Parts: sequence; structure tokens; C-alpha cells
Amino acid sequence: MSDTSVAKAVDTRVRHRSPMATPQSFLWSRRIFLTLLAAFVLLPVFVMVSSSLKPLQDVQGKFRWIPSGLTFRPYIDIWKTVPLAKYFVNSLIVAGAATVCSVIVAVFAAYAVSRYRFKGKRVFTVTVLSTQMFPGILFLLPLFLIYVNIGNATGIALFGSRGGLILTYMTFTLPFAIWMLIGYFESVPRDLDEAALVDGCGPLGALFRIIVPAAIPGIVAVAVYAFMTAWGEVLFASVMTNDDTRTLSVGLGAYANLNDVYWNQIMAASLVVSVPVVAGFLLLQRYLVTGLTAGAVK
Amino acid sequence: MTTTAPSPAPAGEGRAVGKNSPGSASGKSRRPGRIRRIGLPYLLLLPALVLELLVHLVPMVMGVVMSFRELTQFFIRDWTSAPWAGLDNFKVAVDFDAPVGQALLHSFFVTCLFTVLSVGLCWAIGTAAAVFMQETFKGRGILRALFLIPYALPVYAAVITWVFMFQHDNGLINHVLHDQLGVTDKPSFWLIGDNSFYALLTVSVWKGWPFAFLIVMAGLQNIPKEMYEAASLDGAGLWQQLRRITLPSLRPVNQVLVLVLFLWTFNDFNTPYVMFGKAAPEAADIISVHIYQSSFVTWNFGTGSAMSVLLLLFLLVVTGVYLALTSRGRKTSDV
Repeated sequence: MSDTSVAKAVDTRVRHRSPMATPQSFLWSRRIFLTLLAAFVLLPVFVMVSSSLKPLQDVQGKFRWIPSGLTFRPYIDIWKTVPLAKYFVNSLIVAGAATVCSVIVAVFAAYAVSRYRFKGKRVFTVTVLSTQMFPGILFLLPLFLIYVNIGNATGIALFGSRGGLILTYMTFTLPFAIWMLIGYFESVPRDLDEAALVDGCGPLGALFRIIVPAAIPGIVAVAVYAFMTAWGEVLFASVMTNDDTRTLSVGLGAYANLNDVYWNQIMAASLVVSVPVVAGFLLLQRYLVTGLTAGAVK
Repeated sequence: MTTTAPSPAPAGEGRAVGKNSPGSASGKSRRPGRIRRIGLPYLLLLPALVLELLVHLVPMVMGVVMSFRELTQFFIRDWTSAPWAGLDNFKVAVDFDAPVGQALLHSFFVTCLFTVLSVGLCWAIGTAAAVFMQETFKGRGILRALFLIPYALPVYAAVITWVFMFQHDNGLINHVLHDQLGVTDKPSFWLIGDNSFYALLTVSVWKGWPFAFLIVMAGLQNIPKEMYEAASLDGAGLWQQLRRITLPSLRPVNQVLVLVLFLWTFNDFNTPYVMFGKAAPEAADIISVHIYQSSFVTWNFGTGSAMSVLLLLFLLVVTGVYLALTSRGRKTSDV
């Protein structure tokens, strides 16, 4: 149906009528809608930033749009009230290692899928894609029991350790990294690595000298995205960690368990843990968005 | 220190294959032939396959096996010794006259309603924003970056901020609704009771709509500009252009988008858990948290596994039906 109307529309183009100017009503509805939406989006950001700079009495009493005073005290106290630095380091190690591991493994897998034809390729890609739809809760119980049992049998402490959490985080970082990297590798022209193969490069030479350098923005984007998801994960972290290995996602909750809830400190801590990933995301959003949308749009 | 020991293992695995394969590949390249061409892709896939097996397939199979066992806290040390339960766990989960089944059914309906509303709102807001931002105007780039902030913020940081805003005594929401606008007679409770459903929905939409916005924006870029120019010359207004060109062209994009949003929202654990903790209020008892609570708070892993398996079956059926319906729709529209 849309095809015929388009054909008709193209025919009428020869009439050379001037296109209509954008009506005022559209411009006004656009202004109003986008302003309201921006307010909705930024409201929590405003609360986070402003409350983190307020003295304690301002966040314990009625909400105040205009604070009675400004203080940087919460930013100093957050490190003392709970062991935030420890949680920070744990999150950094766990999210960092899960990212590095999944990107390395995914580079090889994505290369195989994008450049070779082999039996089971479809099964592999479909499996990788479909595991993304499974609820995390489905893996939580078995992984928990596997780790506990491995620990009892071999003495290797996976449960409660950073290593176990890193392995667990690969349940979502790996399929995602493989999926996105296939897309990025497909966008590197085949002629490039075929020429390298003709020139005597091995397949891995072609991968590391041609494809990886050409897809570097994509690889960095995948890494940032994987890091972001691991940094924000709550479910596995809440079960699979102990006092020493707790990550930020669970550790931030420790503020709420204190006798007095220091909302200004919680907001300061939230801001501190958000800044690294939001900055990374906004810097790389162009590449991230390309990879993220490629799968859905094509 | 010992806790960090296992961490380099996966990296080592990846590297080990990296080290092996150049050797084997260059060795085989001298005798060109089938082994290299056939074996290499599998060698490249090996680390991914091993990990997928370890973190996905084995736990999944185990989860199914666990659902047939009477798995309580007494058997955590050796789950294989748990007695066989047959279909008992499933019977408990779907016995809607008993408390456990009743609670599960209730949680299921709450999750369905929540998911439908959240996905619908995310889609509508995302599409509207993308359509309004299709043409360039001053400040469009900055606005686009701002709109991505909810998507980039770590879930717990964003949700904790919303929790603060929803506080009864010192939250922004009650201050605005009660003190400033006077919409409500007295300050409401948002994190307990019936209102918790709307609080959760608000946060979910706030967090989810930018994804719809991103995908629809990408979809809009694939619509040729000439179509709009032609339609506009033909006298079609903006509303008609939206209905006749934009929405039909977005159909394939929307089909994927809605499915992905549905699965994410339905499976979302992070948002309700950070908002309400282990025991969610009844009105916002999302199924992931419900299963978590059934398993790790009451220590009944067998029933929890059965619930997980039922959830997975439900998602598979919905996805299958949805894909069948949309692909049939696609075929007829092609004719």
C-alpha cells in the first residue's frame, strides 16, 4: 500500500509545487514536548547533584529547591562512612576483567563468524543471541550451587570471590560483545583482509593487522558498553559477594542500613560512581549507538 | 589474595588459543587445504564455546534438573544428593489455591501489567522524541546527549536517587505534589502500598525510553528524504506523513524494538530490587524479585528453579508467537 502511494507521490513531483513550510503548531508542540521530556530526564540528575552539596539538615527535613548552604563535606565523608573505596576497587577489577576477557574471546569468535563459513554457524549465532533474552534469575541459582560445590570439592573459592563474579558477568558481557563485534567486523570491507591473506598474512595476521585496527572504534565501544553493564549489575553481585568482594552496586546500599540515613552522602556517592561511566558513554555515544542499533535496524 | 587467583583464568584461556592458533595456522598454510579452512573457525570459536558452555548451557541444564529435585538449604553442600521430586515443585508453583502458587500468579499478573504499560510508554515517548528530533534544529545534539543520560547512569545510582525523591517526609515528589501544588491531601507513601506500582513504572519508563528513542532514531535515518519531499509536494500534512510514511517504514524496526523492550522489562531485576529490597510491596512484586525471594530468602531452591523454568517457558512461547505473528504480517504486507 505504501509503495503505490509513494509511486504516486514521486509522479506528482514534476508539478514543482513549493514544499509546505513547517507549521507553527508543530514547532510549538515540539518545543513543549521536548522541554517537558528534558525536565523529566534531568530531574533526578538535578536532585543527585544538588542534594550532594547540601548540609545534612537540608536532606533530612522537607525537600528544598534552594539549599540553606553549600558544602563539599559529603564528598569527603562518603569514603569514611562506608568502605566506598574498597567497593570502588572491587567494581573496577570485576567490571574491568569481565570486559577484557569477553572482548578478547569475542574478537576471535566474531572473526570466525564474520569471515568463515562453517557448519553450526547459525546454531552458534542464534544461541548467543537467545541467551540474551533469558532472565538472569535462571542462571543465578545454578551458578550459585556450581560455585559452592566447586569450592567444596576443590577448595577453589569461586563463591564470594572476584573471580567467580567475573566469570558470572560473562553471562551477559560475552554474548553481547560477540553480537556487536560481528556487526562491526562485517562493516570492514572484505577486500582488505583478503588482500592481506593474498600477501602472505596468516588468518590471525589478517585479523590483528587489518580487521582489529579498522574496527578499533567499535571494539572500544563494545568494551565501554560491557564495562557499563558490569558496573551497573545488581542481581549477581548481591548474592555472589561477601564483605571483602562487595561491589558498588551492593555497597551503595550500605549507606541506607546505617542508623541515620545520610542522603547527601548517598547522592554524592551515586554521583561519584556514575561519573566514570556516563563520561565514557557520552564520549563514545556515536560508536555505541551505531553498534547498538545496527542489529535492530538491519 | 587467594580470592583474586581465579580471575586471570578466562583471559589466559583466550590468550592460550591466540598463541596456539598462529602456530597451527602458519603450519597448515604451507599445505593449503581443508584442515585449515575447516578447523580454523572452530579453533577461533573454542574459547567462546567453552565459556558459553560454562556460563550458559551447563547452568541452564542444571537449573532444569534442579527444578525436579527437592532442593532445600540442607542440600546446598551437595545438591546432587537432594531427593528426586518429580513434578512436585511445579505442582507447588502452579497450585493457585495454596499461598505459594497464589503469590506467584499475583506476581505474574503484576509483572504483565507493569511490562505492558512500561513498554507502551517507553515506545510512545521514544518514538515521539525521535520524530520531533528528525529534522535538525539548534541544540539538537546537546538534547540528544542529555536524553541518553538515564540510559548511561548505573541502575543503582539512578534508582537510589528516585528512592530519595519518593521518600515520604523529605522527598521531592511529595514536596511538589502536596506542599507546592496541593494535588494530594496528605503526603503519600510511594515505596509501600499500592502507589509503589506507579513509582516503579515511573522509574522504569524514565530508564527505558531512551533505548526506544535510539533505535527509532536509527530507523528514521533509513527512510529516504525524497519520500517526505514527494509527500509534502503532494500536499500531505505532517500528520499524514507520520501515518503514511514514518510509521509504516518503522514497522520492522518496531517489531524488534518491542520484543527487546518486552524481554528486558519482564526480566528486569535491578530496578525493583534497588527500589524495594528483598521483599517488594505486593503491588510491585515483579517476578524476578519474587523468584529471588522464593529461593534465597525462604531457601527453597527447588521451587525457585521450577518458577524460573516456568518463566523461561512463558518467555519462549511469547517470543515464538510474537515472531510468528510479525513475520506473517511482513509477508502479507509484501504481497
